[in-house]
Amino acid sequence: MKTQVTDALTAVQEINDSDTVLVGGFGMAGMPVELIDALIEHGAGDLTIVSNNAGNGDTGLAALIAAGRVRKMVCSFPRQADSWHFDSMYRAGKIELELVPQGNLAERMRAAGAGIGAFYCPTGVGTPIAEGRETRVIDGREYVLEYPIHGDVALIRAHVADRLGNLVYRKTARNFGPVMATAAKLTIAQVSRIVEIGELDPEHIVTPSIYVNRLVEVAP
Amino acid sequence: MKIDELAQVIAADIPEGAYVNLGIGQPTSIARYLKPDSGVVLHTENGMLGMGEVVPAEEADVDLTNAGKQPVAELPGAAYFHHADSFAMMRGGHLDVCVMGAFQVSADGDLANWHTGAPDAIPAVGGAMDLAVGAKEVWVMMTLFTRTGAPKLVPACTYPLTGKACVTRVYTDVATFLITPGGVRVRETHGLTVEELATRLDVPLLAP
Repeated sequence: MKTQVTDALTAVQEINDSDTVLVGGFGMAGMPVELIDALIEHGAGDLTIVSNNAGNGDTGLAALIAAGRVRKMVCSFPRQADSWHFDSMYRAGKIELELVPQGNLAERMRAAGAGIGAFYCPTGVGTPIAEGRETRVIDGREYVLEYPIHGDVALIRAHVADRLGNLVYRKTARNFGPVMATAAKLTIAQVSRIVEIGELDPEHIVTPSIYVNRLVEVAP
Repeated sequence: MKIDELAQVIAADIPEGAYVNLGIGQPTSIARYLKPDSGVVLHTENGMLGMGEVVPAEEADVDLTNAGKQPVAELPGAAYFHHADSFAMMRGGHLDVCVMGAFQVSADGDLANWHTGAPDAIPAVGGAMDLAVGAKEVWVMMTLFTRTGAPKLVPACTYPLTGKACVTRVYTDVATFLITPGGVRVRETHGLTVEELATRLDVPLLAP
């Protein structure tokens, strides 16, 4: 369906309580801060958030956690020097944690976006992550069965979009954006600039418009 | 041996032209000692090949960081890619070497470096398990003893594992060890004899 160019608060209106929201970013690089601010204002809660980290400092995902809107974090690296909001919520028993190795986090969302039912992965074999899980030996190597992670919504940040919703990213801020864009029913992208159709070189587009539903321009 | 000296020893062992991932913490310092003409290409799991050194705050670009979220430089020939590609690169066996820190390494090459198992600790694994199963060579950089003097090269890890039988070399301040099918071989020592080392470890050692 045609990508809608709108403002941040309008873009997040369809996010419901208890939704699973994929949030882009590796630390603050690629974090869609203004979309998260809009989500906080919108008011949805009891959310499951899938993101690499569990918030840094006091803005972006950290602010959403501090506002008490997150029931569960699915992430690979919650504990950091500046993850104090998550740390205190977790220690108070107010937030659930599902720890997923970083590559599995990415690949499980990739599988969701690509229509894959499950896949066998060598990561975590023989570790507590694999305990009680289905494993299989293929060509002499052991693998763990991993299932897709589907999002109701993805909130991502890219660099430049055209009005059709094609996206290009900037440096390591690309991180989870392209994968999350494919794995959610509704993908909302925050970009620094929107250009006219035809202004982006088709050879340079990283996320094709088919994956993008809402586009919000936020000047850096 | 100081950590900086150890970083130099490891840097000198990285083959020319290798694609290498340096883990967060101490291994990051190895980058400083790679020779500019070595052709070594650094991978960072957040989505880049051709990563340069950590840069001072005034040169920082918020969109360009290493896996430890420190601002870094982009070298000529750099390439960016998304996270699923970055970890496919790791799991798919394309990286020649990764160097990680560790809480413990076992004589069989088991690695424990993500969780102490302490009840109040918040676990964080990041990309360590993917690197452990994926890189062609997994090297560990660590002190050989904890602050209380307990050895970190052990018969079997007591901390939760990151990966099984994945470590091939252990670089420490006291000695460098090669994990071989026949056992743990001492490659070199720094200030101790192999005999003295053997009295402080519970792991049988093969002489250099």
